[in-house]
Amino acid sequence: MRWTHTLPVIIFALLAIAFAIGLTRNPERLPSALIDKPAPQFDLGPIAASVAGEEPLGGGLTTSDLDTSNGVVLVNIFASWCVPCLAEHPQLMALAQSGIAPVYGINKKDTATNARNWLAENGNPYARIGADIDGRASIEWGVYGVPETFILDQSGRIRYRHVGPIMPRDMEKTILPLIEEIGKK
Amino acid sequence: MIAEIGHFSLILAFVLAIIQGTLPLIGAGRRDKGRDNFGWTGLARPAAIGQFLFISMAFLSLTISFITSDFSLSVVVANSNSALPLLYKVSAVWGNHEGSMLLWVFILSLFGLCVVVFGKNLPLGLRARVLSIQGLISVGFLLFILFTSNPFLRLDPAPFDGRDLNPLLQDPGLAFHPPFLYLGYVGFSMAFSFAVAALIEGRVDPAWARWVRPWTLAAWCALTLGIGLGSWWAYYELGWGGFWFWDPVENASLIPWLAGTALLHSATVVEKRDAMKSWTVLLAILTFSLSLIGTFLVRSGVLTSVHSFATDPTRGVFILALLIVTIGGSLILFAWRAPALKPGGMFAPVSREGFLLLNNLLLSCAAGTVLIGTLYPLFLDAVGGDKVSVGPPFFNATFLPIAVPLVLAMVIGPLLSWKRGDLRQALRRLSVVAVLTLTCVAAILFYDRGGQPLAALGIGMAAWLFFGTATELVQRLRIGRIPAIESWRRAAHQPRAYYGMVLAHAGLAVVIAGITGGSMWRSEHIQAQHIGETVEVAGYNFTLTTVEAETGPNYTMDTARIEVSKKGRNITTLSPEKRIYDVSAMPTTEAAIHSSLKGDLYVALGDQQIFDTGEEAWTTRIWFNPLVPWIWAGVLIMVLGGLVSLADRRHRIGAPRRATERTAERTAVRR
Repeated sequence: MRWTHTLPVIIFALLAIAFAIGLTRNPERLPSALIDKPAPQFDLGPIAASVAGEEPLGGGLTTSDLDTSNGVVLVNIFASWCVPCLAEHPQLMALAQSGIAPVYGINKKDTATNARNWLAENGNPYARIGADIDGRASIEWGVYGVPETFILDQSGRIRYRHVGPIMPRDMEKTILPLIEEIGKK
Repeated sequence: MIAEIGHFSLILAFVLAIIQGTLPLIGAGRRDKGRDNFGWTGLARPAAIGQFLFISMAFLSLTISFITSDFSLSVVVANSNSALPLLYKVSAVWGNHEGSMLLWVFILSLFGLCVVVFGKNLPLGLRARVLSIQGLISVGFLLFILFTSNPFLRLDPAPFDGRDLNPLLQDPGLAFHPPFLYLGYVGFSMAFSFAVAALIEGRVDPAWARWVRPWTLAAWCALTLGIGLGSWWAYYELGWGGFWFWDPVENASLIPWLAGTALLHSATVVEKRDAMKSWTVLLAILTFSLSLIGTFLVRSGVLTSVHSFATDPTRGVFILALLIVTIGGSLILFAWRAPALKPGGMFAPVSREGFLLLNNLLLSCAAGTVLIGTLYPLFLDAVGGDKVSVGPPFFNATFLPIAVPLVLAMVIGPLLSWKRGDLRQALRRLSVVAVLTLTCVAAILFYDRGGQPLAALGIGMAAWLFFGTATELVQRLRIGRIPAIESWRRAAHQPRAYYGMVLAHAGLAVVIAGITGGSMWRSEHIQAQHIGETVEVAGYNFTLTTVEAETGPNYTMDTARIEVSKKGRNITTLSPEKRIYDVSAMPTTEAAIHSSLKGDLYVALGDQQIFDTGEEAWTTRIWFNPLVPWIWAGVLIMVLGGLVSLADRRHRIGAPRRATERTAERTAVRR
């Protein structure tokens, strides 16, 4: 038996181990190192003009913009190139329209034109948007994929992290009850 | 009652699969030693036929349950509705996890039946082993369906109506996308079974390659078409003009496609030169393994994606176990048996084989890159490292450096002869092509000044590949050098597989041109357009004439009429829609597209805006997507190439026989 012929099975064994570990993590409830800590420091500008003379969009987003004095807020990381974001968008629109909690957006690694078109077509649920062009702010937040959503309580601490799209079921069973529960205290 | 028949048929199919997966395998082993006294080898065929009958009965039962809207079945409730049009009631059968797994085994059993029908000339032992291994795969998947994803589960009490099929899936493009994708995925199981059977027999020779090739080719055609349909669907249904998103689910179909393409080429080397044998066997195993991993990624929820159905950890564990047994088992067999295969002939690096090897290396690299990019977040998570996300920027940056040399080699390879080629002569034959390509690049750089240089690169690649392929054809037929009637005679004598290659390569050139045009020269305009207002995009005038509320079979919609004209000449009227589905209250956009050779005029309708003055305007998004129809045309040309090659006399399934057996027969006749 030559060693080169055993290489494929060794590589596959490593892959299988990674898959097995991946399975033990609930994909929608990744623990976050930031749970119960205040939001990380970041400072993002608005979405730039895509053609000359256009107004910047979203107003930019910094740590101090996350105004939690009136209650719970959500921070959502999204991008126009992210297909799951499209799936969760109606839920965010409904949440923003209901006025239950404001949603702040971090637009990750996007171009101004794409982000603008995407928001214009699908609607803009965000109270403010920061353009995270190089993805550094997302790293500060410990973001692993897009979309992700964080829930912050009145004292500005991160209380919950949702990885992946918020589907109607997640909104009903997890997000809305959590907003209510955190908001009471 | 119908659901119970389906459930029961599935159990019977499972029992048959156990028989098919074990007895013929043992029988073939005994037969090799000259004592198949139970006739077990012969059991493979009736078992495969029975398997197909029972699984199609189960599939038919589920389809009937969907068509008749039997809301006592929980799958039907979750994915259908009485108001759903008939086409989508049928496509809803596989528009959910349980049903799509049933479709998977149905196609698997269909391939088993094909081996029985078309594989009459296969040696008895090989056929029994191939069918047995197919049976074992079937055992695994039937077990999975019966224990974790039973589509025939009843609900009591049955609800009055169903929750409807996801509106995004209510579309003709997506209705046929999964069956073709699965035909491709599952089709590669044939190559896998042949590879495993060859490892057991310890024999890989040109005849083996000729048996494997048609199955691989058929699977490749189906997968190409499936990926094309999926991309087309994303293009017009998601409503923002993109055609490929590097989404995990899309990648899961692209990776086996790349591996399968490599397999098609390396099988040629085995067939023609009796070389690269271990590699081809490994590639056959890997291609199907990657198809299985694709299924695993989509079904288990390990990676989140909009395409994936409900996530369920028990299913994930089950599929992982299935993967470990199938892939791990076959790779161990490979490690054990492959060194015993007779080594093949040697060849010089500059030769047809050498360039096919290069093609294999590059295609495998491409497949590996996409795999790593797709799994990277998962790996880092497993080792507890930093969290990252990998998006289109990664894939665009890594895929291109592999694609450029691949396309370069695709033109040179066919010009080289087998065994030992003459690179200088080949390059000399390509001088006209080089001039044509450089002219195209220069023209693009001139007309598209200030644009992205990548556009010139993309068009250059397409031109090189297209003209290179055409030149090879012209030189082979000696068009213009000898009388036309002679060229015609030469043309008639070329094997169909050769024309298949020409078509597939030319098709890829067309696809590359389309991708370049669609991603580099797109012009998009987004505006609030008043009724009667005209907007100019890329020289076309778009006038919004009316927006009317209308009713569809199970949705309400706003339909806009947009007149398109150029220089005062009417071109077409586009009617983009914005639909709200009744049951799920989910909005979807139906873009209106006018295609021509130059590109697509693509219009999508957004929200209505009412100003304080009482004026009314609609958000419209208008794109000019140059060359995008070329992508779909190119995909169809590639599939056509595959089909032409499939029709080659030499590849007719089971036609070739092993040299030794022929001589044996001849001796027998002489006696």
